[in-house]
Amino acid sequence: MLEQLGLLVVPLVAWDNLFSDLPGHTVDGLTRGAIYALVALGYTLVYGVMRLINFAHSEVFMVGTWAVLGIYTVIGAAEGDALWFVIVATLVALIGAMLASAGTALAVERIAYRPLRKKNAPPLIFLITAIGCSLVLLEIFGQVLHAFFGEPFGRKTISIPSLVQTEQLIGPRGSLLTTDAVTITNLQLIIFLGAVGMMLALDMFVNRSRLGRGVRAVAQDPDTAALMGVNQDRVFMLVFILGGAMAGVAALLYTMQFDITKFNIGFLIGIKAFTAAVLGGIGNLRGALLGGLLLGIVEVYSSTLFDSSWADVTAFILLILVLMIRPTGILGESLGKARA
Amino acid sequence: MNVLTKVPGTLAIQDRWRGMSRLTREIIKAVGIAAGIAFLVYLPFLQVLPFAQIRTDLSSRGASWDAVLFQIVIYMIVAVGLNVVIGLAGLLDLGYIGFYAVGAYSVAIFGSPSSPVTEWAVQKFGFAEGWAVPFVACVPIAIAFALLAGVMLGAPTLRLRGDYLAIVTMGFGEIIRIVLRNVGEVSNGPQGIVEIPSPPGPKVINDYGVEVDLFNRLDHHYWYWLALAVLIVLIILVRRLENSRVGRAWLAIREDEDAAAIMGVPALKYKLWAFAIGAMLGATAGMLFASHQTAITPNDFQLNLSFLFVAMVVIGGSGNMVGAMLGAFLITYLPERFRDFQEWRPFAFGLALVLVMIFRPQGLVPSRRRAAEFRDRKIEAEEAATDA
Repeated sequence: MLEQLGLLVVPLVAWDNLFSDLPGHTVDGLTRGAIYALVALGYTLVYGVMRLINFAHSEVFMVGTWAVLGIYTVIGAAEGDALWFVIVATLVALIGAMLASAGTALAVERIAYRPLRKKNAPPLIFLITAIGCSLVLLEIFGQVLHAFFGEPFGRKTISIPSLVQTEQLIGPRGSLLTTDAVTITNLQLIIFLGAVGMMLALDMFVNRSRLGRGVRAVAQDPDTAALMGVNQDRVFMLVFILGGAMAGVAALLYTMQFDITKFNIGFLIGIKAFTAAVLGGIGNLRGALLGGLLLGIVEVYSSTLFDSSWADVTAFILLILVLMIRPTGILGESLGKARA
Repeated sequence: MNVLTKVPGTLAIQDRWRGMSRLTREIIKAVGIAAGIAFLVYLPFLQVLPFAQIRTDLSSRGASWDAVLFQIVIYMIVAVGLNVVIGLAGLLDLGYIGFYAVGAYSVAIFGSPSSPVTEWAVQKFGFAEGWAVPFVACVPIAIAFALLAGVMLGAPTLRLRGDYLAIVTMGFGEIIRIVLRNVGEVSNGPQGIVEIPSPPGPKVINDYGVEVDLFNRLDHHYWYWLALAVLIVLIILVRRLENSRVGRAWLAIREDEDAAAIMGVPALKYKLWAFAIGAMLGATAGMLFASHQTAITPNDFQLNLSFLFVAMVVIGGSGNMVGAMLGAFLITYLPERFRDFQEWRPFAFGLALVLVMIFRPQGLVPSRRRAAEFRDRKIEAEEAATDA
């Protein structure tokens, strides 16, 4: 029993492991966190405007990964293609994944949530509907499409060709930039820069554009926004489309790194991304970025310190600790005002 | 308004019911409840043909009918417990599976002679080989652990509202499962624990003329009756709570926490009570489940089950115990009855969830108060629509 308690006291060796390659672990964490953050944006946008945890968002991400697979299959992309073809294929897959994910998110909004809004149903009902939608989407890929078309749909893990080969950009030997301090691969750079770039674009869109102003207005006060001539239903649709598109980007970046998809691939990512959104302050776009990156880093650090099987526990304990001190997350809610 | 919308026929029945003396009504109620219980007790032996169609073991792929009945009652206990948390106190708990796991693992860890803890105790204190805490003593241990878990989760997190509470409780459910999986020195890790004890009981002669324990691995109907008895006791207890000061405090908190606090309801205290009571009921169900299974692993307590539990309460009609139990029945029974369509069950479940919520958001059997609230909200929404 006592040895068990000892597990919580981290041995010095583990600290050594962590600090001997702190920059490397940080890079890993940032890459992981960037994907969380992109998915978290979908949760945070919808929550900020509708006060709804859209549990179906994890499946929106999943649909994106299937879209990537579909596009690669259709245009016949495979490992070892020429560089220009890889770039074209990736861009097409990016657009396809964004469209597929945004379309799925929009469909969920129109089919499931809108009738509930018309009835002014309480939040719990939305939540259960979201879980139902999530299950339907899961099963469409795990069962329905499998029954009609067979493979690759179904409950197996399907591999996606990894078009972009992993290469060390920055690292000790044979890299573009030689340094002993840290190793960064091209994939890590693409994922991080791609994710942060998309988030900056979204932030600009919401804060600068006319449509974005509508989103912020509805988030702050739906009734007043309606009086000022903002079409609420259209804002809701826009929010789902934006969140879905971000999930599509995340799906492409995820498949670039892990080269797989599966009918339930979204579940864990969805939960992590939601945790990230709450951590940063759900309803706050920059909070989602901060929460995602923080969660990614904490997960990687704790995997090194304890063991990878404890990563999820550390993530949730971090969440509980943050919420105890700041009940609305690190940055609080700012897409609208903080409503209890 | 209310009377006008009623169909004349139902009005007549209600009038006649109201016209009876109090004693007659009580007698009719008591007879009705007794008949209902008698029917439930008889259910495992139901063979009369048109009705026996409800049995789950008619097709070759079907599960044992008695075992399914047992599982249904276990989930009904869960639904009654979760209904206290979600339906009465209005706290969205997405980690209820954690309490179920605490109950199950308490019995397993202390009651099984092959669990790491009892083996350690045997070595340390020199007990006889194969020593373990008897089932009856495991019950208070499990309840105590569940209470502890409920308070440990509730005390720091119950200040959070709505959705934040949902994610934190969800995290808690996952933490419990992962800890059980990782801390092999206590819970035996992913392999789980076997030889979980059964409740004590007299010896009985089974169908093959062999003398066996009352709670054995083949005669599931004894288990079903035990669970049914536990369920009935718990229903009575929760019903008493509902109509007490505590129950009224829960309703007040659910409707408007700030208003309740201003009226002098110590919100945090009563929310903590709701959590603790819910945790105890969840652990009771988990205890029975583990004991019946005789072997459990951390994988029996996946997060999806938490969602399933919430769906039971909401589909049936949150806030109403009968509704919650109906939800538990439907969600457990239908998949078992239609086992021949195994692969399609999750899809059908998801679709049903969405459709029920769209067309009947108040649940199948809502409590009267809840139904009225939904009507109001709908009217409000319609008025807002016409105004705009």
